Amino acid sequence: MIKKLVDYFGSSENTKQKNRLGYIALALVVVADFWVQISSYLEAKHAVHAEHAEHATHHVTYIWDKIPGWGAFYGFVSCVVIILVSKFIGHQGGIMKKEDYYD
Amino acid sequence: MTEWFHPAVIFILGAFLVPFLRGKAQQGYIVLLPVLAIFAVFRMTAGDYWTYSFLGNQLVFGHVDKLSIVFAWVFTIAALIGMVYALHITDSGQHVAAFLYIGGSLGVTFAGDYFTLFVFWELMAFASAFLVFASRNSKAMAAGYRYLLVHIFGGVCLLGGIILHVIDTGSIGVGVLPKDGSLAFYLILVGVILNAAVPPLHAWLTDAYPEGTVTGSVFMSAFTTKTAVYVLVRTFPGTELLVWMGTIMALYGVVYAVLENDCRRLLAYHIISQVGYMVAGVGIGTELSLNGSVSHAFAHILYKGLLFMGAGAVIQMTGKRKLTELGGLYKTMPITLFLYMIGGFAISAFPLFSGFVTKSMVVSGAAYDHRPAVALLLTMASAGTFLHTGLKLPYYMFFGKDSGIRAKEPPLNMLIGMGMAAFLCVGIGVLPGPLYKLLPFVAEYHPYTGQHVTSALGILLFTGLGFFMLLKKLDPEPTISVDTDWFYRKGAKVFMWFANKPLAAYEEYLTNIYNRWFSAGFLKSADFFSGIFDRHVVDGLVNGVAAFFMNLSGVVRRAQTGLVRSYAFVMLVGSVALIAFYLFAYSK
Repeated sequence: MIKKLVDYFGSSENTKQKNRLGYIALALVVVADFWVQISSYLEAKHAVHAEHAEHATHHVTYIWDKIPGWGAFYGFVSCVVIILVSKFIGHQGGIMKKEDYYD
Repeated sequence: MTEWFHPAVIFILGAFLVPFLRGKAQQGYIVLLPVLAIFAVFRMTAGDYWTYSFLGNQLVFGHVDKLSIVFAWVFTIAALIGMVYALHITDSGQHVAAFLYIGGSLGVTFAGDYFTLFVFWELMAFASAFLVFASRNSKAMAAGYRYLLVHIFGGVCLLGGIILHVIDTGSIGVGVLPKDGSLAFYLILVGVILNAAVPPLHAWLTDAYPEGTVTGSVFMSAFTTKTAVYVLVRTFPGTELLVWMGTIMALYGVVYAVLENDCRRLLAYHIISQVGYMVAGVGIGTELSLNGSVSHAFAHILYKGLLFMGAGAVIQMTGKRKLTELGGLYKTMPITLFLYMIGGFAISAFPLFSGFVTKSMVVSGAAYDHRPAVALLLTMASAGTFLHTGLKLPYYMFFGKDSGIRAKEPPLNMLIGMGMAAFLCVGIGVLPGPLYKLLPFVAEYHPYTGQHVTSALGILLFTGLGFFMLLKKLDPEPTISVDTDWFYRKGAKVFMWFANKPLAAYEEYLTNIYNRWFSAGFLKSADFFSGIFDRHVVDGLVNGVAAFFMNLSGVVRRAQTGLVRSYAFVMLVGSVALIAFYLFAYSK
């Protein structure tokens, strides 16, 4: 079973299917995040109405905690920033040297 | 004696029998010891045990509370897993070194006073260096030697701080240090954060761990830095400096991991990154964040061990360690890949894996303590974690360009060791309750809220999208990265060449006399000492420390037999004999 699973991801045959699966997963996560955010917003509103303000202010929340899809956006930006900044430092900052540098 | 038994004693005294056993008997024995230790931890209750008075001071070998118990649990479990993974090794010396190393780490965990702590601390440094030497090639010899020297430097800082602390306060008990900005405070801090691999004092880790033996590095990934995290939680909670050091550390490891080509060095940079979360958690110092640090250390030991085991299996079976030379291994090593990926998902904090229920506690700890910048930066680092350990490394090792290598799966015992770690990575992620119950502080936390899960998945999956979009940029390059070890590997040499032509001539003279690796090791250490000497002459005390170093190097030079193995052995025997003497001669 493990072998089949691993071979499915490794082989170059069903690239199209794998890509489609990937995009569906991405879309699902964003949709789920919207759904969770909106339902928690409604819940909080309800809690204030019922004067359970204590419940609503129990956790510190920041502005981005309330933006639906924030995780997706921040994850993508982080990934791109990390790759580009690191490679820039590595190449332009003289961090990367030939393998025999210390020999 | 009957109510408490020190698990470190099981390992340290037990280590002496290992060389006399062979074959199946030895294999059974090296698994039995960790099992006995786990049982000892299981039976433990809080209290102070094994106290001895020595020169008017109270030495406490068994200070047991929730904090020490939780670390003892994971250390003994990691010992068991590591030993199963190392079952096929017939080199008894490696087992002995590993046991002494584990014993040292448990000794620190239960030390109730700073002197006991220091003795076990040093035992760890010497025993673990042998796990690097055991690779028996010139690169490992040099790296192990640098590793040892850096740790001796850290140990001397720690000892200096402890002595000043005792003079100032008159107490040797381990506890939260007063944040008075005294020299004692900073010396102890330097000694401890050196072992926690906080930049710029981290280069020993990424220098030595990739050079250790396949099985030895698994142990190393578990004990040194996490023992330091334990001591930080014990002595430095709420130290503001650590918040930022930890946050920078988390990102520092990620940046270097992008550039790295050696698979175990990449993982080593991610130890630094992950320990950054723990250090930041200690710095924030709330109950929630301290619990976060402790639980993250717990989870980290298991998944990082698993990742090192996976990379080690590939190195053992292919003989190659660079990503540029690997690829396409999925065809013949599917189980290794599968188990490695569980570690990859755990370190990346995927829901239902261990990292998710522990790392989020530190990040939430930062958010609830009104530190949005820290929370955001730590979240960014976690995207980087998935990028490297979950995507880049497995992609270039197991998939990517086919290298044509058709390596078999590793021996069964290695797979079982990995399987045990993988089981716990998933188990903790699915059922965090038992781990949360072990945590030392009272703080309620629920990791599985809808918002946590969807935003974590969003971050991870879109990191994945970024990875595949920028795949071309990430192709590993056959280079090495200059880090702060440059100062003692190259900087001192450059300085010497300019400043001291006579010394350079002396260098050549020595080279002619001694054989090749012997002189190389020595000159490197001489460079290192002179580097330290020059940077630290400012302070009277540090001056003394440096003088101590110079004397020490003089003494060691004369005592040199040239066989690292023989003098490492002498040091180990000496320190073990000393501990055994204290334990049994001064028993009340």
